[in-house]
Order: sequence, then C-alpha cells, then structure tokens
Amino acid sequence: MSDQDETTVNEGVTGIPRREFLKRTTLVGGGLAVSQGLLNERSATTPKPSSIAMPGATGVTTTVRLNVNGRDHQLRLEPRTTLLDALRDGLGLTGTKKGCDRGECGACTVHIEGRRVLSCMTLAAMQDGKRITTIEGLERNGQLHAVQAAFVEHDGFQCGFCTSGQIMSGVAMIEEARAGWPSAATSDLSKKLGIADLSEVEIRERMSGNLCRCACYPNIVAAIAEATRKG
Amino acid sequence: MHPFALSRAVDASMAIAGHADDPQLSFIAGGTDLLGLIKDRAALPERLLDINGLRGMAQIEALPDGGLRIGALARMSDVAADVEVRRRFPVIAEGLLFAASGQLRNMASIGGNIMQRTRCSYFRDGDDLPCNKRRPGTGCAALAGINRTHAIFGWSESCVATHPSDVAVAFAAMDANVIVRSRTGERSIPFTQFHRLPGDSPDRDNVLERGDLIVAVEVPARVEGRSSYYLKVRDRQSYEFALVSVAAGVATSARTITSVRLAMGGVAHKPWRLTAAESALRGVSLDDANVLRAAIATAFVEARPLPDNAFKVELAQRAVLRALETAGARA
Repeated sequence: MSDQDETTVNEGVTGIPRREFLKRTTLVGGGLAVSQGLLNERSATTPKPSSIAMPGATGVTTTVRLNVNGRDHQLRLEPRTTLLDALRDGLGLTGTKKGCDRGECGACTVHIEGRRVLSCMTLAAMQDGKRITTIEGLERNGQLHAVQAAFVEHDGFQCGFCTSGQIMSGVAMIEEARAGWPSAATSDLSKKLGIADLSEVEIRERMSGNLCRCACYPNIVAAIAEATRKG
Repeated sequence: MHPFALSRAVDASMAIAGHADDPQLSFIAGGTDLLGLIKDRAALPERLLDINGLRGMAQIEALPDGGLRIGALARMSDVAADVEVRRRFPVIAEGLLFAASGQLRNMASIGGNIMQRTRCSYFRDGDDLPCNKRRPGTGCAALAGINRTHAIFGWSESCVATHPSDVAVAFAAMDANVIVRSRTGERSIPFTQFHRLPGDSPDRDNVLERGDLIVAVEVPARVEGRSSYYLKVRDRQSYEFALVSVAAGVATSARTITSVRLAMGGVAHKPWRLTAAESALRGVSLDDANVLRAAIATAFVEARPLPDNAFKVELAQRAVLRALETAGARA
C-alpha cells in the first residue's frame, strides 16, 4: 500500500512538509469539527470525543471510535485504512512509525487493550471501541516510563526509527513474562515462568519481532533488562 | 491498498450464508496474512467480513479425555501460554512459539494460521513472473528459478511451494481434526487431509469450499502428546520461516519406541507425515542411532529435491533424528 492511497492529490504543490500538510488537511479537509486536542494530546481536558475525517480516494467511509492514550476519538475513514495510518495521518500521532508496512519489522508496534500488536497489519475499523496505547501515551505526568528511561540511559538507539516500536514491544513483553507466558527460549514449558526468568536469551527471543537496522541490539537488550529489574 | 467494504459478523449462520453466496467475500480474523496478501495484490477481495465477534469460537478447552478443543478464533499467544496445552502437547505450544513474533502471535488466530498462504516469493512479489497459485495457468517461476526454500516432496510441475505454518505440522503429527461448519452442518476433516498437494490446481491450498467456516481444531488424546517436541531449522534463530521443521511425539517402553508420530514442515505443499518412518521406528531403541537413522531414511526414498534444495534431504533426516531423540528424552 502506498501512502498516496490515503492522502489527497494536491500533496507536494503546497510547499509545506508532508507531515504538517497531513495534519492541516486532517483539520480542515473533511469539513467536520475537530477538537483542539488533536495537535496537543497532553493538554486535552475535554471529554468530548474528537471528530476527524481522513481524506480518501474511494469516497466510501465508515465511522470508528478509538480510545487512544486515554482520549476518545471518532474518525471517518475508508475501511482499508490500517490502524497505523489512522494513528499517524488521522490523529497526528507520528511517534508510531511505518517501516515495512508488511508486519516484518515491528516499527509500528502499539498496544491494543494492553497487548502488543502490529498496527500496520490490522484495520482501524476492526478496532472499533478498543483502547489503544501508543508511544505518546507511555509517560505519566511528565515522567518517562521505566523502559523509555532505560533506553535513554543505555543508548538503546542510533537513528531512532525503530525505537518507539522497540519500547512498546518491550513494555508489553515484560507484562507477558509477568503473566507467565513462555517463549521459544523457554526450555521447560511445564514450569511456571516469572519475571525473574527473563534472561538475556529470553529477552532477545521475545524481542525478535523488532528489527533495528542500526543493530543497537546489545543496548536494547541491556535497557530492557534494566527496566525488568526495576520493575 | 486495494479498496474493499468491511462488515462485522455477529452470527455464524449468517456469516456462512454470506460467504457461500458471495465469491468476492473473505472472512478476516487476525488479518496478519490476509492484509499482507491484499497489500501485495495476491488477494483482491471486494468485501471483508470481520468474524472476530462470533461467540464461543475463541475458547481453549482441555477435554476430560486428555484431548484439546481449540477455537478457531483463539490467538496463537493464548494457545501457546495455556497450561494444559503446554502439559498435554508441548509440540503444539512450541510450534506456536517458534512461529512469527510476539506481536503477530497476539493477533493471529488458529483458523487463520492454518489458512495462511505460501511464502514463495514468486507468489508474493507481484504479477511480473508466472505463478499458478497467484494467477492460474501462468506457470511456475520457482520450478526453474530460485527454489532453495521449496518442496522436496509431493510437488508438481505446476507448483513447488511449501506451506508456511508451524503449528499445522504439530496438528498433523498429532492427528488433529479441523472442525468446519457450513450450511449443511458441521463436519470434521482429518488434519492430514485438510491441506492439498498442488497437482494441477495449486491455487487451492486446502479442501474448504465456499461457505465453509473453520470453528475449531480438535486434538484427540494421544499417548505421544506429552513426550513431544517441535524442532525448527531456519536461516536465523528467530522470527523466520522454516527451512525444515519436525513435529515428533513418541511413546516408549524402557527406551524402546512403542509408537511414534512424525510430521515435517518446509518440505511440501502441506504438512508432511512420515508414515513409512513411523512404521519402521516401532520397536527400535532410542539409544540405537544407526537403526534410527536407517528407519528415518525409509521416509525419504520418495524425496525429489529441486536444483537449489538438495541439502534439505540430508538436513531433514538429521532434524528428524534430533527431534525424535529430544522428544524421547521427555518420555
């Protein structure tokens, strides 16, 4: 799928950066009211859901309600819109990255109802009514999540493109281990597994769905191991 | 992405009727294969029917007789984490855990997993090269192309692709059944008869007809279940499809094999049961590697490697031996 599918045709003639262009067309293009929270997720106080129309080529749209990082949103979008495109191009939450767009790299990892998933491989319209968390929603009152802080501490990135996916994956992976889920690195499946069993080998296996082209893997593993210890 | 309409199924009977009457409609559950196929234009459905809301199809039941019933909408990660699945059939839990990634396992359903289509790059990568699976009648580019990851058993001139699922190999080894509902009622398809060999119609991966909905996979109680193991050999250690894989389950008496079940992935258009080897291995000691090797070799007489994948014939036999020994150590 190309980006062109969900953008309007006059992109590139306005002379403004693509991301800003998308945010502006999102605001005005659909002719619907948009809450003030769109570009400033953190200061939002109104309980009224934002209402956003995403430009599309087919003219056939559907309405989807998503709770993203604690805020309710109502979007009008084409059924073929992935959750990834809805987050980025509809809600302006560009922290979630589009890498391969084929479920192969992990850059688009978000949480749906607390579980890590690939937002490029699900349709926004299939997640109607669901609670979504993106990288923008991890911090609490200006404090980084323990995994975010550990990535800074351990230099867990170079170019940073995979980082939000790595962090979202790591946060949920620690919860999976806490819930006793085994992995392909778990030697005895009959044994009850706990957070203390998250060895480096276990972390590497459980994080294998997140690729890092800069190969920061040793630092990523170190960051997650520290966040695991600090719990 | 190719545009389509999307609706939500609330009732299985209506979903089945809708699918039966509409050749342009596809069910969607996890979506992790179907959306990739649509993005690659290897599938172009006009309508998708989201079946995730169908009730009673996501349960994982440990049956009183020692078997399992796994709902078609159960997610790979939930099945792999289930304590009874892990205890009764480690080969199934491992088949799931060795597949995909944590994110994909949270999304992908069991029904969708066994329906996933081949990873043959000629099938996935566009309309420039012949592919009978993608565009029937155009030929098979892999037959004379790059076929290192392709089949060594059961292929035809029409198609040399392999089936990519891991857990399907475990299901085949354990004699699971696919429970399918249609307008005429429910039927049970033995797992080894669910997927097809390519023959002259490789566009058909399995025996399902329009209007068929997979509701569950049932695994009968098996003495070989508890001492079972899934071995996957691949180009990288994690997050990769198999070059060859083995699902092995064994029952022993004083280290002598009383019964054994073996199936392989990465070698054919469907999970490949090694029935000749299963017969030859009965009565053999797990400590007698030479006799084990000779018994395993009986299943490879009919192997027909392609120009790039002759290595699989030897690799597969070694993998079977290792899987058998590891399963045996669990007995």
